[in-house]
Amino acid sequence: MHGSRYTPNSGIERWLDRRLPIIRFAQEHLSSYPTPRNLNIWYVFGGILTFCLGVQIITGIVLAMHYTPDSRLAFDSVESIMRDVNSGWLLRYVHANGASMFFLAVYIHMFRGLYYGSYKEPREIIWILGVVLYILMMATAFLGYTLPWGQMSFWGATVITNFFSAFDSLIPGFGTAIVTWLWGGFGVDNATLHRFFSLHYLLPFVIAAVVGLHIWALHVPGNNNPLGIDVKGPQDTLPFHPYYTVKDLFYLSCFMIVFAYFVFFSPNTLGHSINYAPANPLQTPEDIVPEWYFLPFYAILRSIPDKLMGVLALFGSLIVLVLVPWLDTSRVRSCRFRPLYKQFFWILLVDCVILGYCGSKPVDAMLLSTPVPLVWIARIGTAYYFLHFLIVMPIAGLIETPKPIPDSIAKSVLATTPAE
Amino acid sequence: MAHSQTAEPTRRDFLFIASAAMGAVGAGSVLVPLVNQMNPAADVLALASIEIDLAPIQTGQSVTFTWRSHPLFVRRRTPEEISAARAVQPGQFLDPFARNASLPENTPATDENRLRPTSGEAKPEWLVLVGVCTHLGCTPEASTAQSVQGEFGGWLCHCHGSQYDTSGRVRVGPAPRNLDVPEYVFLSDTRIKVG
Repeated sequence: MHGSRYTPNSGIERWLDRRLPIIRFAQEHLSSYPTPRNLNIWYVFGGILTFCLGVQIITGIVLAMHYTPDSRLAFDSVESIMRDVNSGWLLRYVHANGASMFFLAVYIHMFRGLYYGSYKEPREIIWILGVVLYILMMATAFLGYTLPWGQMSFWGATVITNFFSAFDSLIPGFGTAIVTWLWGGFGVDNATLHRFFSLHYLLPFVIAAVVGLHIWALHVPGNNNPLGIDVKGPQDTLPFHPYYTVKDLFYLSCFMIVFAYFVFFSPNTLGHSINYAPANPLQTPEDIVPEWYFLPFYAILRSIPDKLMGVLALFGSLIVLVLVPWLDTSRVRSCRFRPLYKQFFWILLVDCVILGYCGSKPVDAMLLSTPVPLVWIARIGTAYYFLHFLIVMPIAGLIETPKPIPDSIAKSVLATTPAE
Repeated sequence: MAHSQTAEPTRRDFLFIASAAMGAVGAGSVLVPLVNQMNPAADVLALASIEIDLAPIQTGQSVTFTWRSHPLFVRRRTPEEISAARAVQPGQFLDPFARNASLPENTPATDENRLRPTSGEAKPEWLVLVGVCTHLGCTPEASTAQSVQGEFGGWLCHCHGSQYDTSGRVRVGPAPRNLDVPEYVFLSDTRIKVG
């Protein structure tokens, strides 16, 4: 799609280019890569996510130098990181809040993709790899949250691994066998902690590899853009460097201000104080609440009073995302030109926030100070979540009359520039 | 193999299939230990049974012990709790089975069947349960004289709201099964052995 503009200048570059054309590769994909000239602020989160992954890997490797994955020592080793290890408090707070920042960025990135139709032909594989990355992130975050071996670590691990015991109602004993296999015992214990640590160290590198595929798949058709129309020629694009490298760096700096605020001024706000109590297998805390980024899924799980169906709804809420490229029947990508579906997009966003709120409250809570049980709100929210993808998306695309679509990115950009 | 005109398998086909089959067997034989290493190790499987002295437990009290790395509830029921557990009609249970490790799987969930030890007579006062919610494995909280947990006077799981009655039977979901009753025997009037 785009020819190489790289010409090796020195003798060493020419020598290298014939053997390992790595500079040519970087030049094509990081520098001259043609990028639509109308990308807005919502397109900077891919870069921010790459940064987050880097931060988590670097701080994680360092933390692993001081952490002990043994059920008798894990909690104390985390406390030792906080109190004794030089700058240990900083590294741990960056790692713990880094997970939250990672999810904040990924949610914006995903809703961006939904709004501008970035999952549509020919970008289905990019989207599916994105869903795979999201699920890998969830697994990694869950495994990592177990490691401090506090009360919430222990009981979170117990509850989530027990999801698989729901399969007992399909094949008796099958679910229990899976759970016992996951635990390496008859409960969450030392063996569980060891393997969770091993996998928590492994998965980020799997994520990094899938990110490579995600970007590779992106660079075949090129970026989507807020207009959702195809790039028609060089007049529609700008080279990635310096235009988007600088833009990404600027917004990355803004993002780091938020990140730094949490790390330095409010490092435990996004966590749960009960996790500073050591794990006790005999006492479940009053309120088991997952980290904020899992709350909507937790609400979906709790809204269904049947164990197997609840677990299947939870898994289903992720699986349905894979099908999005085929559930959306509209030929117009961007919501800018989809007056009907655009409204449903915002309803979905609000729905996810409401589900998150329901998930954060105790199971028998009422809506604010009304006598309405919150679980009913969660049920409506869960129903809408699935209706949105399975019913609204296909039907809206068929019945909607889209607004007229601009001829080209260049024309649209120039039309909005004030005349001299 | 464009040069092969006949449908007759060639020597090369045979070698190809034989090597692929050997490779699959080899990969499979390596996969089994790789997967199986995650199952409970021998020291975890070498599970002990525990003996519990019942004498200090007061009427109306539920005490938690550790057994096979799980909480174990021993409850000394009040006469009201016993009659409440026995007044329930079979149709009111979400799970119709006793879930007593000493009895066959399809035994009905009457209070008598929930109490039965592996050998000897049941004592209506004493209820022995594995304290693991059958939903997602939390430890339910027991009712005490001061605070009743849930509507049935038994246990309430705070995680997802399951409620159990004074026989440890699930009455409100999402838990799908009654609390498990382990194998246990009375060694004397005030001593039991679990496991």
